Amino acid sequence: MTMTEQDILAGLGKIVNEITGIPAGEVTPEKSFVDDLDIDSLSMVEIAVAAQDEFGVEIPDDQLKNLKTVKDVIGYIQG
Amino acid sequence: MSTDRVRVVVTGVGATTPVGGDAESTWSALLAGRSGVRALTEEWVDALPVKFAGVAAVDPAGVLPRPEARRLDRSEQFALIAAREAWQNAGAPTVDPERLGVSVSSGIGGINTTLSAYDTFKEKGWQRLSPFTVPMLMPNGPAAWVGLDLGAMAGVHGTVSACASGAEAIGYAIDMIRTGRADVVVAGGTEAAIHPLNLASFAAARAMSMRNDEPEKASRPFDRSRDGFVLGEGAGVLVLESLEHATARGADILAEALGVGYSADSYHITGPEPDGRGVILALTRLLEHSQLDPAEIAHVNAHATSTPAGDVIETRAIAKALGSRPIVTSTKSMTGHLLGGAGGIESVATVLALRDRVSPPTINLDDLDDGIEVPIAANAARELPATGRIAAVNNSFGFGGHNVAVAFATV
Repeated sequence: MTMTEQDILAGLGKIVNEITGIPAGEVTPEKSFVDDLDIDSLSMVEIAVAAQDEFGVEIPDDQLKNLKTVKDVIGYIQG
Repeated sequence: MSTDRVRVVVTGVGATTPVGGDAESTWSALLAGRSGVRALTEEWVDALPVKFAGVAAVDPAGVLPRPEARRLDRSEQFALIAAREAWQNAGAPTVDPERLGVSVSSGIGGINTTLSAYDTFKEKGWQRLSPFTVPMLMPNGPAAWVGLDLGAMAGVHGTVSACASGAEAIGYAIDMIRTGRADVVVAGGTEAAIHPLNLASFAAARAMSMRNDEPEKASRPFDRSRDGFVLGEGAGVLVLESLEHATARGADILAEALGVGYSADSYHITGPEPDGRGVILALTRLLEHSQLDPAEIAHVNAHATSTPAGDVIETRAIAKALGSRPIVTSTKSMTGHLLGGAGGIESVATVLALRDRVSPPTINLDDLDDGIEVPIAANAARELPATGRIAAVNNSFGFGGHNVAVAFATV
């Protein structure tokens, strides 16, 4: 894995924009998906599936519920 | 007319159809006699005996923002677009959420989603299904999304009666207001069923036109050489409101919604009863519910789908129940048959016919079939009486023997 935090952040921004319409620029590491970005649990499932396609890392449901912020997801994908 | 009865009016219309992306473009296309039926170009038509349909003039997925479009089935997209247009057309009223209702139906629901999701499941597994699969395929989905969009809390309903669904939804909405459950109800019908399985299934029922060499001439209600219906897609939605509520906010009133008549043939699961007894019963009950004298009815937007069996039976029933004065038309000659969407867009057309006092034409009527004793607006729009109160009726019938008729009048 040679993806940098910046690469993953950019990829996540694109995915979040595609699924929710939130501008990619608002997807910054400290943001909480639920509290800051107002993303519901069904949309989080869509984001996790899209992230799996984009980054090749599966995010099981029991892990997904612990990933509260954008930074958490980046960390999980980086392993 | 008794004075204690709640009067219901139409204050907004919205539509997206095979002939136009909104109500006014649809209406001007209908008056001009333009067909929205065209040859399908998808590869799958090779396997089908029917190779044409009334495809929506404007792709709904291109109208809605992408995040919204991707979680709505096409039938829900049509409904939301038509409902938003109707709501704006009504002046985007401020309504107590607990007094605002929705009644929007589809005959089949999100069948494109059902079928494509099953393909996804078989090819890629359950994890790849959209988490929105269920709300996309459920037949109450269009009503639910419209209700969420407008913040309606008085009740959100999706009555289902095949091709009578849209008209039944409007009838249900009239009663919601009349019985005091709501002041404003957004009501109509939607359908997005152009899929090879549906075309094949209706063809298997021997219900569809197979005039593949002349798609624009395939939908020809009342014509001797008609050979079946043409599938269309889209939605039509009305904003219905108590007269008191509309007057208090100074709304423009397009027409009065007088009432609804229901019946069932109780005869055959798909075929119409040959004497039209069920249709006559629905029209008789419509007159009672609407407190309407048939002499006031100037126009009927008929169900007439261009099937050999149905069209003549319907005109006989109209003549028996309403007399032979109303000018009858079938706008399905131009839009095709939108199934659950039909009652929605045809009620929009009926309201606009009263507003402009003109009946849209029935196109492709080259040779009137025997036994039709009502005046048909054959091939050209016909003016309706220019003065005085006039009423108009929208008929919708469905597989299962459902008959629904809705009446409107000028104000």
